[in-house]
Amino acid sequence: MVRLWFKKRPFSKVKDSKQRVPRGLWVKCENCKEMVYKEEVERNLKVCPKCNYHFRISAKERIELLVDKGSFKERDASISPKDPLKFKDSKRYMDRLKEAQRKTGMKDAVICGTASIGGYPVELVVFEFGFLGGSMGSVVGEKVTRAVERACESGTPLIIVSSSGGARMQESILSLVQMGKTCAALARLSEAKVPYISVLTDPTTGGVSASFALLGDVVISEPKALIGFAGPRVIEQTIRQQLPQGFQRAEFLMEHGFVDMVVDRKVLRETLRRLLSLFENGRRAWAL
Amino acid sequence: MSAYLSFEKHIRELENKISELKTIGQGSQVDLEEDVRKLQKKLKRLLRDTYANLSPWQRVQVARHPMRPYTLDYIREMTTDFVELRGDRRFADDKAIIAGMARFEGMTVAIIGHQKGRTTKENIERNFGMPHPEGYRKALRIMKLAEKFGFPVLTFVDTPGAFPGIGAEERGQAEAIGHNLYEMSILKVPIVVSITGEGGSGGALGISIGDRLLMQENAVYAVISPEGCASILWRDTEKAPVAAEAMRLTAQHLFELGVIDEIVKEPLGGAHRDPKRAASILRRAIRRHLSELMKKDPDQLIEERHKKWRAMGVFGE
Ligand SMILES: [Zn+2]
Repeated sequence: MVRLWFKKRPFSKVKDSKQRVPRGLWVKCENCKEMVYKEEVERNLKVCPKCNYHFRISAKERIELLVDKGSFKERDASISPKDPLKFKDSKRYMDRLKEAQRKTGMKDAVICGTASIGGYPVELVVFEFGFLGGSMGSVVGEKVTRAVERACESGTPLIIVSSSGGARMQESILSLVQMGKTCAALARLSEAKVPYISVLTDPTTGGVSASFALLGDVVISEPKALIGFAGPRVIEQTIRQQLPQGFQRAEFLMEHGFVDMVVDRKVLRETLRRLLSLFENGRRAWAL
Repeated sequence: MSAYLSFEKHIRELENKISELKTIGQGSQVDLEEDVRKLQKKLKRLLRDTYANLSPWQRVQVARHPMRPYTLDYIREMTTDFVELRGDRRFADDKAIIAGMARFEGMTVAIIGHQKGRTTKENIERNFGMPHPEGYRKALRIMKLAEKFGFPVLTFVDTPGAFPGIGAEERGQAEAIGHNLYEMSILKVPIVVSITGEGGSGGALGISIGDRLLMQENAVYAVISPEGCASILWRDTEKAPVAAEAMRLTAQHLFELGVIDEIVKEPLGGAHRDPKRAASILRRAIRRHLSELMKKDPDQLIEERHKKWRAMGVFGE
């Protein structure tokens, strides 16, 4: 099913993100620098067949990849960003927003909704890195919070697939406080004993990693995803030292005890299904 | 006053002149008292005018003033019987965050705050007030202790940010901060947060979830430092003053954006000119908020705290 979808629409609408597989018969892998046959990469769910590098994929592709066909119902699609700070650097924030909206066809950096995975219902939040680096401002914070609240109310397990550079600078303090807002919602979800599975994809850093992303009951990561609080460049500049090989990658976080498992894209859906079935089964046994 | 800020040139000149006149007056028969009084009046006016019209970048300078009172100064001025508690019981004691118990207005309280140093030696020990994960975990440990025994929690926020280093990442800086946000949102005792200097990003937020957020008038609070913002968005750290302006990081802005509950006055010319008075003004504000919060039962407290944070953000629908 997933394969079919990729054949029909082999490219996301996001054109100018550097991490995308470019057009042409052959593409160069970002990681191993090998030339690989494009169609083979597509067939392989945008994973390099030579080195297993996981290319970034769009939120829409991610949803297709994870959920039962036709099961996704988007929620809160009408929530849109404002510019309360009237922020302007070399461009106006409003112009950056419009450009990102045109590029992605989304109002802001997350898609939320309900779906099922292997027949198990879920509340799903998926980040779009192509929208201002998946950054979290007021809209992302509100949509994540609403998804958590829906999960809390209905008892449906929550899955958040993160891909974000962190809090959005153009909303400054209002972005920062979204970290508190989302975590406060998660605390209630936890008290309601509703499972939360966090899926980390490349990259998950800053205010997203330092709020809900590492607080899952189960934390899963895609291979080699960059995960951390401070960006590698900032750390290098601060300590004036080269960073060790594999630093802040998924495997490094698993080694240090912050990620439960590193899961290949092609078995991610099955892994989620299995976890959902275990949680569901456990809950039923408890109720008996 | 040793360190003058770049925009305080005239203030420095005037203060130098006053102390000169005082010295001359002491050693001679000429009565200079009248001149000194005049100059002091002028100085007061100058301070008032200067500090009433600070640009956001100038506020950043005041918030970072090396003589600005830090957490230990506030503890000394506001409380008695302070007992420092150390260590996260997991890995280490982080000296960039102070934690402990003390008596405040007759009540036992837990106190948590960032701590910068004044000398190079102190700053190395305190890591310039930039915590590692252990600092956040120690803070949480003390908050849980406060919850267990029913003491309110006071936090003092003044940090450039959480430390970006290898060890900090290995030991889960992000998880440590996220975990604090989560736990503070449901802590069953009152939490009063005072932003007293630099509110630097997640490193500040990690001890800033509370029932009331107070902010001193020259403190700043933003998603990233002005230098960091300038280097990313302008690709030029020299643009920090412009970034400071764009980020709306002053107490006045945060009040207008609905993030803080009260702007706490500082003595004329900034808290560093009169730390005792700064502490006394802040103490009264904390006491007022705390006495309101102490009347609420834990369920109501948490419900209201939840509502407060739930409402943050600006979007259209
Ligand atoms: Zn490769």
